[in-house]
Amino acid sequence: MVEKRNDGGNMKRREFLQKGAIVVAGAAAVVSGVAVVGNAGTADQWTAGLKTLNAHEGGTLLKVAQQIFPHERLDDSDYIVVVTDLDAEATTKPDIAKLLRDGVANLDSAGSVKFADLSSDQQVAVLQKNENTPFFQKVHSTELVSLYNNHTVWKKLGYEGPSYQLGGYLHHGFNDLNWLPDPPALASP
Amino acid sequence: MTRFDPSDDSVVVIIGSGAGGGTLANELCQKGFKVVLLEAGKRQSSATFHNDEWFAFNQLAWLDKRTTSGNWQIAKDFPNLPAWTCKTVGGTTVHWAGASLRLQKHEFKAKTTYSNVTGANLLDWPLTLAELEPYYAKAEYKMGVTRTNDIPGLPGNNNFKVLYNGATRAGYKNVHTGRMAINSRPRDDRSACWQLGFCFQGCKSGAKWSTLYTEIPKAEKTGKLDLRPESRALQIQHDKQGKATGVVYADKDGKQIVQKARIVCVACNSIESARLLLNSSSSTFPQGLANSSGQVGKNYMRHTTGSVYATFAKPVHMNRGTIMAGIVTDEAELNLKRGFAGGFELETISLGLPFAAAFLKPGAWGRDYTRLLDQYVNMAGMWIVGEDMPQESNAVTLHPTEKDQWGLPIPNVHYDDHPNDLAMRNYAFKRGAAIYDAVGAVQTIAVPPYPSTHNLGTCRMSENPGDGVCNKWGQTHDLKNLFISDGSQFTTSAGENPTLTIVTLAIRQADHIAEESSKKNI
Repeated sequence: MVEKRNDGGNMKRREFLQKGAIVVAGAAAVVSGVAVVGNAGTADQWTAGLKTLNAHEGGTLLKVAQQIFPHERLDDSDYIVVVTDLDAEATTKPDIAKLLRDGVANLDSAGSVKFADLSSDQQVAVLQKNENTPFFQKVHSTELVSLYNNHTVWKKLGYEGPSYQLGGYLHHGFNDLNWLPDPPALASP
Repeated sequence: MTRFDPSDDSVVVIIGSGAGGGTLANELCQKGFKVVLLEAGKRQSSATFHNDEWFAFNQLAWLDKRTTSGNWQIAKDFPNLPAWTCKTVGGTTVHWAGASLRLQKHEFKAKTTYSNVTGANLLDWPLTLAELEPYYAKAEYKMGVTRTNDIPGLPGNNNFKVLYNGATRAGYKNVHTGRMAINSRPRDDRSACWQLGFCFQGCKSGAKWSTLYTEIPKAEKTGKLDLRPESRALQIQHDKQGKATGVVYADKDGKQIVQKARIVCVACNSIESARLLLNSSSSTFPQGLANSSGQVGKNYMRHTTGSVYATFAKPVHMNRGTIMAGIVTDEAELNLKRGFAGGFELETISLGLPFAAAFLKPGAWGRDYTRLLDQYVNMAGMWIVGEDMPQESNAVTLHPTEKDQWGLPIPNVHYDDHPNDLAMRNYAFKRGAAIYDAVGAVQTIAVPPYPSTHNLGTCRMSENPGDGVCNKWGQTHDLKNLFISDGSQFTTSAGENPTLTIVTLAIRQADHIAEESSKKNI
């Protein structure tokens, strides 16, 4: 499956979403452009496509992404897009690569087993302890855009997006709600 | 394409092409003035707009770095994005939702009406509603405001159906699809609304009024407009007699140009207008231009806002159709018995999934939050817009150390919520929830304010030159040929969306400039 996404200037918007010191101005635009999500059947298959992060780092970030915005209607492939975007940024920015690597190592050191092997509840507890770290905020702010601006995710969560190609919602259900009475014409001609 | 020479000192230079500057440019061109219109952003069109929230945000929003301080939630959630305004030809009229409401009579007399609100720097406008009424009529006609000039209201969408039923069941009487500068039928060579659902991202149908494709092309047709996109004003110059003489700006290649002028009009939205005046300080005006009162940048207002969203058992699809599809005006009336001064409107609002995820609970994560987002299809939303109190300490100031690419200090925006603002917001949150509860909401959520789109008051009008920056014509008290032409003129915020009033003041200001010019006063 090839998901082409229209996400020019991704970096700017992510950075304004990040709290603290990271700023909007001067952010270089890094465009991942086309995220290729292969068969997500096994960890090995998709992590082989990562350019900078290794399979363990990618796999751990996948778990983190799934805990940050868990949706039953989404599957691994939707979250793999997030990790792919993080990897793309890490490829052009060494400081981001270090932030992600160190962050994964930190999560792994939190319990007796590695983060990815913790129970779901334990993973959430570890992330809660780390939610103010630059690492967590980086993954969170990237995922906020990567996940929720993905048209596949839109479909799964019921967001219809643009209607220009249909001529608008005017003849495509803008006022089709039928579980409440229609307002009178004076209020709504 | 009309071009005037930078040395031509017979031109009027207007800085900013939005509701104030774009309208003023056209009005002056129609009267025969030569106008140079400087706009920091690029020129887009309905064809280049994208129905994609993040793409459009990057394409249109003003993203230059700013800092924030104060106890407002914005300083925590969006520390470098205090405002959501535009840097593009047409300014924030590209992004606005279209609500076009007149201010009310008593709102021009905020100090008199609300008497002494502790900590508020209230002032009466040097203007009355009666003086503005003929100009409001002109603005409504120009913009094609629904429910004026025999223009029918827009049809309500699903989000409005929820608001209407909830509000009327909760006892409200004045609920309708609003007075909107969005065509409900073709008018002024623009189509009727397609119900695209992307008003904030630039209207691809052109049904929503924007100076981009109304005022500016009309002005261009006169042969009197020299529009210069990607031209960033850096400083206003003046002579020893205290007259503005021109504007230094950087063009798209970074080259600095001095455009001479007979009159300079500032319409950069409240943060940048104040910043430009402060950055134009000189030995004659060490506090900044037009700032003998010390009020430039002060009294920054952003409306008391917030949103209420609710989920229901059945689908709403709030994303379909106009964003501000309807309004409840009952709470906007003068009523001092609620425990706060000022009134507010409740207006439908919707966000697409990408912005819902970013703005419903900034910074949130985990199962509780995604359960809410899972209900996106069944969600309805409304926005609160109410009068906020001017406070002298709420201010746009120059950052002490951080500078932009031209070496000029960036702006810091300080805002503390006034107790009156908090009381109004909390009351409005409860009323909004009551509306949705009346139609069976499963869950209601109170959403903190988004980055400000209504930025007001930093160069306010005052009768007394010691109380404000400009007079009732927007003419600065200190420099006769320097005008303030945007929402920064507002003496107080009132409870209404400000664009109609900004346009109204611009039409009126053009008449004043013409009259004063003919009398050789400026």
